[in-house]
Amino acid sequence: MSERHRREWIYKLCTYGAIVGLFAFFLQVQNQADEYQIRILNVSAVFVTLAVSYNLINGVAGQFSLGPNAFMAVGAYTTALLTLSPAEKELSFIIEPIIWPLSVLHLPFLPSLLIGGAFAALLGFIMAFPVFRVRGDYLAIVTLGFGEVIRVVANNVQSITNGPLGLKGLSEYTNLWWSWGVAVFTVFCVTRLVKSSFGRAMQAIREDEVAAAAMGINVFRHKMLAFVVHAFFAGMAGGLMAHLITTISPTLFSFFLTFNLLVIIVIGGLGSMTGSIIAAIIITHAGEWLRAVEEPMAIGPFNIPGIPGMRMVVFSIMLILVMIFARQGLMGRREFSWKWFCGFLKIGKRRG
Amino acid sequence: MSFFKVEHLTMKFGGLMAVSDLSLTAKEGDLIGLIGPNGAGKTTVFNMITGRLLPTEGKIYFRGKDITGTQSHIINAGGIARTFQNIRLFNDLTVLENVMIGYHGRLRSSFWEAIFRLPRYKSEEKKMRSMAGELLAEVQLDNVADEKAGTLAYGQQRKLEIARALATNPRLLLLDEPVAGMNPRETGDMMDFINSIREAYGLAIILIEHDMRFVMGLCEHLIVLDHGVTIATGLPVEIQNNPQVIEAYLGEPEGA
Repeated sequence: MSERHRREWIYKLCTYGAIVGLFAFFLQVQNQADEYQIRILNVSAVFVTLAVSYNLINGVAGQFSLGPNAFMAVGAYTTALLTLSPAEKELSFIIEPIIWPLSVLHLPFLPSLLIGGAFAALLGFIMAFPVFRVRGDYLAIVTLGFGEVIRVVANNVQSITNGPLGLKGLSEYTNLWWSWGVAVFTVFCVTRLVKSSFGRAMQAIREDEVAAAAMGINVFRHKMLAFVVHAFFAGMAGGLMAHLITTISPTLFSFFLTFNLLVIIVIGGLGSMTGSIIAAIIITHAGEWLRAVEEPMAIGPFNIPGIPGMRMVVFSIMLILVMIFARQGLMGRREFSWKWFCGFLKIGKRRG
Repeated sequence: MSFFKVEHLTMKFGGLMAVSDLSLTAKEGDLIGLIGPNGAGKTTVFNMITGRLLPTEGKIYFRGKDITGTQSHIINAGGIARTFQNIRLFNDLTVLENVMIGYHGRLRSSFWEAIFRLPRYKSEEKKMRSMAGELLAEVQLDNVADEKAGTLAYGQQRKLEIARALATNPRLLLLDEPVAGMNPRETGDMMDFINSIREAYGLAIILIEHDMRFVMGLCEHLIVLDHGVTIATGLPVEIQNNPQVIEAYLGEPEGA
């Protein structure tokens, strides 16, 4: 018993050590790396946050939702409207003036971000009532519909969202500390939730909804819980994204964003948080590296002109390969643990 | 106030009469068998009792409360648990986790407490784990506690399903064909197992079964359904010699 306790303590220390190490690494990066590299790292963090929270509803609770772009949009708009100063808002809203309470509100970044997440969660809460009346493919279609509705609303409610013009000139608040801070917090909350009794209940619903209900699990409440938690973090990620690229418009939050996330969680392994984290980082980086394939190149005697969109072809091939050779994704439903890591190292030692 | 009572229960699927005017009562600790040929509507009865189907007509009372049309998880919390004809375990969860799911409905901590591992949640989780472990030891599945439920042998899966149902602390247990697909020795073991849990937990049990020897050996009271209609009720010996029951199972005698 005491041996087990000691071990758990050591694993815990390892986790904290790794987090400190990560941020020490960022400190180094911040001083030495160029802006482009820092930007990729920031985008990675946003996608880690998105993928991990998206995996909660799709992978753990097994409810195939296609609506994270809606929550990101709500989070991004809410955060942006709160951080913009009244003067800036008056300047941008040229078609229709902004409505009253929003025109004077001005908050620092952190509360804005949290309120952005809270609004996305509220939307998730309201959406859950109609959405979870259906299952499977139907659920996917309904959530997809909601995503589009949010985009159309953002385009048309000009006195709040400034319509198709979007919001411009946001301060670039998002830096490595914010983006990775939120990412680490998300991973902490989501993995803790998954490993708790509530996470088990969600997995039970994924495995067999009828049996879960017969075993006393309130199926609707747990789907709702997964959905709202997912919405909250997706909203925060939206806020971070807005203050990273400093301009948001309705077109940014199209279905394409959801599609990217889906690719990430499927490649990482549905239900594996470790997989989502790894895949989110790989895919964002690969997206940058693969810019090379869109440039004109010369292979031997052939001169190939630059083909924009070639990256997407490579991504599609990657996805097809994953579906053929690793149907479960990189990690399946396995998770990283220090126990596994220690075992892995020991095997390495024995071989060497 | 009766313990469990079903009155004039009827279920129609469009033009099909799946169950027609079924009534039954059970006292605490009763063991009742529900038998009948395939398609007689036995599983439909279970589905109505556990809230999966809303009966077209009729009422279900449990411990003095009308539970007709209540949601499944509320009925389970009230003290009715079931197993399924085609085993429905949480295949990707471990055996221990499957049983722990049975305790989740009675968890009092909120998800906040779970995320931040506050003291109340921690102690509840610990208690859940030890209770699930004890229950598995009782049903002799503790040696496979960390295996995925989907990898267990067939007989063990049946047992685990019953253990999972027991974890929800039921007063009435509904078993849907607990020995389907088992050989005579396994059937005998299962008979002993059902008798032992019935005594240990003081449960009332209603079971659906095709295996006549099993049903006759175990149940004190039988209800025979055919095409949704109750054709006979009574003691096993009475049922065995009931011409209507023989007809339902074997067909009409020639020249009748």
